[in-house]
Amino acid sequence: MKLSLGPILYFWERERVLDFYAQAAGWPVDIVYLGEAVCSKRRALRPDDWLEIAGSLAHAGKEVVLTTLALIEAESELGALRRAVTNGRFPVEANDTAALNMLSAAQGTRFVAGPYLNVYNGETLKLLHELGAGRWVLPAELSRDMLAALQARRPHGMETEVQVFGRLPLALSARCFTARAHHLPKDECEFRCRDYPDGLPLATREGQRFLTINGIQTQSGSTSCLVAELPELRAIGVDVLRLSPQAHSMHEVVQVFREALDDRLAPAAAEERLAVHMPDGACNGYWHGEPGMAWQPHAD
Amino acid sequence: MELVCPAGSLPALKAAVDNGANAVYLGFRDATNARNFAGLNFGMDEIRAGIRHARAAGAKVFIALNTYPREAHWSQWTAAADRAANLGVDAVIVADLGLLRYCARHHPHMRRHLSVQASATSHEAIDFYAREFGVQRVVLPRVLSLQQVRQVIAHSPIEVEVFGFGSLCIMVEGRCFLSSYVTGESPNTCGVCSPAKAVRWEEAAGTRRSRLNGVLIDVYAPGEPAGYPTLCKGRFDVAGEINYALEEPTSLNVLAILPELLRAGVAAVKVEGRQRSPAYVAQVTRVLRAALDACQRDPNRYAPRAEWTAQLDKLAEGRQHTLGALDRAWQ
Repeated sequence: MKLSLGPILYFWERERVLDFYAQAAGWPVDIVYLGEAVCSKRRALRPDDWLEIAGSLAHAGKEVVLTTLALIEAESELGALRRAVTNGRFPVEANDTAALNMLSAAQGTRFVAGPYLNVYNGETLKLLHELGAGRWVLPAELSRDMLAALQARRPHGMETEVQVFGRLPLALSARCFTARAHHLPKDECEFRCRDYPDGLPLATREGQRFLTINGIQTQSGSTSCLVAELPELRAIGVDVLRLSPQAHSMHEVVQVFREALDDRLAPAAAEERLAVHMPDGACNGYWHGEPGMAWQPHAD
Repeated sequence: MELVCPAGSLPALKAAVDNGANAVYLGFRDATNARNFAGLNFGMDEIRAGIRHARAAGAKVFIALNTYPREAHWSQWTAAADRAANLGVDAVIVADLGLLRYCARHHPHMRRHLSVQASATSHEAIDFYAREFGVQRVVLPRVLSLQQVRQVIAHSPIEVEVFGFGSLCIMVEGRCFLSSYVTGESPNTCGVCSPAKAVRWEEAAGTRRSRLNGVLIDVYAPGEPAGYPTLCKGRFDVAGEINYALEEPTSLNVLAILPELLRAGVAAVKVEGRQRSPAYVAQVTRVLRAALDACQRDPNRYAPRAEWTAQLDKLAEGRQHTLGALDRAWQ
């Protein structure tokens, strides 16, 4: 199984992004997803900056994929999407049907069907493969059993990727909840999400850490962690394990998954080492067919 | 502009048709539709009776097959599509890529509408569904501003339907897992959001608390009206401030901008609420019918009448309304 770094879902300062990928070039990950999936207003890096990072990571031996916006509302966003799809060098991750339309026009272009596309059955998987998808990413709410059923219908040559670490992308909206928390309209958001490199915590009125606000995106409050499920993921034939970046300790997180993958670290020990890097708690409920926020500790 | 109204039951269907709906939409009694609630929806005999009633009044019947078929239950959805075709309904409302292809291949003559759950928000996305599956109408997600709706319609190769009244989804439809994160069941998989079986009410010292699978959604002071704990409409703590962090209980109402929607080329206006009573459907349909007629008679002189708004507000979630994302400031 290969390890991937998902796109940075938060709005990080330019220097922080550059520094992150300069380090990631030396980490034991095989695939890196680059670019903005959440909000088109976040332009700390220009398209050429991303291509430059992509070039250095490719030079360091990484497979690079350019991610694309999950929610398209404006004509300008279609323009940016078109430029990404036709970049001519790196494959893209399609997160919206608009991207599928552009990719099907550019026949033969291989792409990754991202986690924001709704894939719940084998017919859909087959269709995406026919359109040129060489890999698909499991939507967050699907369980191990649903994945197993899909794997049985998976077209030949289609890779399967599952997010195994990081807060879960749960919802998208027209509304920016970070701006709302600051009583600002979205059009004058002042880029407040820049102040929350791990998103803005949302708690219940009795203090339960519930969700995470990330601009127009709502994420899980706790961090999804499937390190103890590596044997199951392998048995089901998953090809790529995605680690979704957070602001701290990503090198250590990558290291733990690498060691666990190489059987140098037992699942329970791996889980223990990761616990400290999930200060808001862990969840793995979706995998087990339960509410996503649930946590099942490792059984041995 | 066509008026498309919800029918959660045969009496609701009759209420909609008798009060001026041009079309009604309904679902089978299972997880193939996004209002899979106990006591709701249609058996085959009821649908046949409903179709007879609608046709006699010149109204159309659409069937919603707008959840995402899970691989293990795929045949349940294709069987539902086959049943819809046999019934001769005027259209099916579908979201899933695989099911759309099934319908296009096996029932090419049955009209296909793209469900809001497919979240097609741009003309590029609409173009894909129109070309690949011969979709003839798209229901737009409630995420676009009025300007963006105009833009989409100007470039759309097919008819566009927009929501006109009813409970407001804050999140992009079909791309929200909040309900399954808390309860294990979501609109996409089970056709439910914040399902009733996960709701618990607690009363202590005059206050009421609503919980969804244990998660505290809201606390109501003595005398404060309490609403259904849809989880995105609760009060939460963000940076020390207790507020409706995502959205307050409110309903969408587009009466104020009907002429703009008409001029933009909107083909149909949809009312949300298959879970609502026949009385609710009757009242909302009557008001919307009157407003649409007035607007189509003379869009330049149209203005929503105060009594329409008052009637709808009485029926609205939280007794208030909004234009939602259509109004840029809401976003």
